[in-house]
Amino acid sequence: MQRYSAFAIAREALRHHTGWQRAWRSPEPKRRYDTIIIGAGGHGLATAYWLGKLYGIRDVAVIEKGWLGGGNTGRNTTIIRSNYLQDPSAAIYEKSRSLYETMSQDINYNVMFSPRGVLMLAQTEAEARGYRRTAHANALQGVETQFVSSWRVKQLCPIISLEGPRYPVLGALWQPRAGTARHDAVAWGYARACSDMGMDIIQKCEVTGIRSEGGQVTGVSTTRGEIECDRLGIVVAGHSGALADMAGFRLPIESVALQALVSEPIKPAMDVVVMANTVHGYMSQSDKGEMVIGGGADGYNNYTQRGSFHHIEETVRALVETFPMISRLKMLRQWGGIVDMTGDRSPIISKTPLGNCFINCGWGTGGFKAVPGSGWAMAELMAKGQSPLAEAFTLDRFREGRFIDESVAAGVAH
Amino acid sequence: MLILHCPCCGIDADETELTPGGTAHLKREGPGSSDEAFERYLFLRENPRGVHFERWRHAHGCGKWFHAARCTMTLEVFGTYSAQTHAPPREILDRIAERRPQERREVA
Repeated sequence: MQRYSAFAIAREALRHHTGWQRAWRSPEPKRRYDTIIIGAGGHGLATAYWLGKLYGIRDVAVIEKGWLGGGNTGRNTTIIRSNYLQDPSAAIYEKSRSLYETMSQDINYNVMFSPRGVLMLAQTEAEARGYRRTAHANALQGVETQFVSSWRVKQLCPIISLEGPRYPVLGALWQPRAGTARHDAVAWGYARACSDMGMDIIQKCEVTGIRSEGGQVTGVSTTRGEIECDRLGIVVAGHSGALADMAGFRLPIESVALQALVSEPIKPAMDVVVMANTVHGYMSQSDKGEMVIGGGADGYNNYTQRGSFHHIEETVRALVETFPMISRLKMLRQWGGIVDMTGDRSPIISKTPLGNCFINCGWGTGGFKAVPGSGWAMAELMAKGQSPLAEAFTLDRFREGRFIDESVAAGVAH
Repeated sequence: MLILHCPCCGIDADETELTPGGTAHLKREGPGSSDEAFERYLFLRENPRGVHFERWRHAHGCGKWFHAARCTMTLEVFGTYSAQTHAPPREILDRIAERRPQERREVA
């Protein structure tokens, strides 16, 4: 693999950029692989990457029905944080956040991780109490967060209005090491690293069936032919239900649309991420100057990657109250992604009723922040049969009543 | 915007008047049911890519619950019907069969 460096840029500049190679190969699928990962989004590619990197499993194909990172990986608002209340969530999200810190060096690809800090506003007394509790829980979990006063919020984000007509800002949960990263670069960087380890990334190849024999997975049928495998990982977010159906089991998942939008670019106005969960909106400014905005998910099942317009209106209305200066901004683009919501709003990283078939799904509205950690845990689970980080996120917790009660702790912007 | 006809008050209500209520025709489990049955009732959903039978409440209107048959891939609505039923009525199923001859139909 051609290494990227300042020297490489200088060298290519001198020869009119004619020496750059393709970042990853696009091979024809082989007849057989040791391991197949369905879904070349962030989580799927991260799983493949850690399988190769940590466990030496490199006879791997990552199969994608569309294009690489074209689903929710390319549609999220790029927020990375780990200020969760429950221990299992804090553990996996903090692992993930810490892996983001060194990701650019690990995979030799600039993912533009920017630990600019995340403020989660407390706008009701109940929310203020909840975030104080989260800050205490985080202190015990080794996650650096702090409950800060409204005065500090104004210092960190001067464009905020503390005296909102509906919901004044009473304080915030501040995680200084949280931030954002370039979402496409995460997918591209992992794809390049996986390809370099000899893995095949096969795009435009839709899985149409999962084959098994005696309760063990034996391969997949795809639009580009039959492919055999010993181990299968299903990492397809919104379409997990359809894949589970092919594998012969049902998931505690419903797929709904979640939308985001960006404004026209403006000069630098805020250098932190602000989330306002009571009024359903969150915002950060990209390096291009666009305000990146997200809100709540729709309430009904949907696979169209289009959401309801009135949800955008709700989100923008809430943010205009919180940031009055954005009221004249024009919005440039709006889009939707299909997110997989589980019964307790926490993810599933688990074995399945089908032997040697594993599933990683249910990240709902907040999967991007978990990409490297989720891949880490999934790879360990697939290689060793168990993973401490994934232990609490099994599929059978719904039958046994061991929920991870995080929707209360994180509110809407999960 | 999604527009559904409320069979209770007869109004074509748009989405902002309505509250979604999830999958319809679930069999409710009670005391004595197994863990598997409760899991199925509480969490496991068909989550279809295609026709979905679902509950809606005309929250900012007459306040009543009703059912709708809607495609999750196209948002096409096949009709709405009373919530006082255990299965979709024949006319709704016929309409689906007429417009979607290939659709796999399983009504639990």
